[in-house]
Amino acid sequence: MEALKEELKNKIIEQLNLEDVSVNEIADNDPLFGEGLGLDSIDALELIVMLDKDYGIKLSDPKEGKKIFESINTMAAYISENSPK
Amino acid sequence: MSSKTYIKSYCHIKNNSILLNGELLYKGPEKESFVNFIKMAYKDLETDYSKFFKMDSLSKLAFLGADVLLKHENVVPEKEENIALVFSNNASSLDTDRKYQKSIEDNDNFYPSPAVFVYTLPNICMGEISIKHKLYSENSFFIFENFNPDYLHAYSAGLLKENKAEKVLCGWVNVDQEQYTAYLYLVTKEKTEIPHTIIEINNRF
Repeated sequence: MEALKEELKNKIIEQLNLEDVSVNEIADNDPLFGEGLGLDSIDALELIVMLDKDYGIKLSDPKEGKKIFESINTMAAYISENSPK
Repeated sequence: MSSKTYIKSYCHIKNNSILLNGELLYKGPEKESFVNFIKMAYKDLETDYSKFFKMDSLSKLAFLGADVLLKHENVVPEKEENIALVFSNNASSLDTDRKYQKSIEDNDNFYPSPAVFVYTLPNICMGEISIKHKLYSENSFFIFENFNPDYLHAYSAGLLKENKAEKVLCGWVNVDQEQYTAYLYLVTKEKTEIPHTIIEINNRF
């Protein structure tokens, strides 16, 4: 699980072009949206694409994303439970 | 106030350099790619706007050019100045359109990127500038075969004459792969040494 969290942090930084953020600045429980990393609605769509492309998970209801993308912890837990890879 | 209009200041970004009012502000390494050049310039100029890194090349070019000019003119968001944006180019958003096209042309690897898609219109760059500087003003983006000072002159002078804007940030921002040019100038009614004429606009292009 720890490796997956680290991988997610790296992917988020790279795919969302967070050039001024480093992996060790993202705590596992930090909110990804709002006051945390400050991601926006386009970032949320990119994360949905990332789940599909890298982990084979298709979100049928984008509203699910709100809970899944709360933090690195919630993302990692969801991927562990749902990824067919 | 006179109906005459003037050029207050102007900025160029081309050939790995950024010039403000004809004076060199930043020079990047020779033969540097546009992507690296604009990032290095952003850091050197202490721009401090993290959303910059999410922008496409056209928006980065327009944003940095506008930022250099507006900072020089002490334009701060708190003042909420009525500065219209009138931009033009000949490549529209083609550079980003191609990237998006690549992401959707293979049915077996079909992952269109929302973050790329949002930049498949040229006028998005004006939105980025408006968000940063809190401009709630007129904006227009024209596609011309070549730089068209006659049209830009008439359009921006008209905006000022009709009191649709207090100032107009105007010019040409064009990117297509490694070819890029930005030439932006601020037009005002405030008298300066540079009259806002087609000849003066063209001379500085």
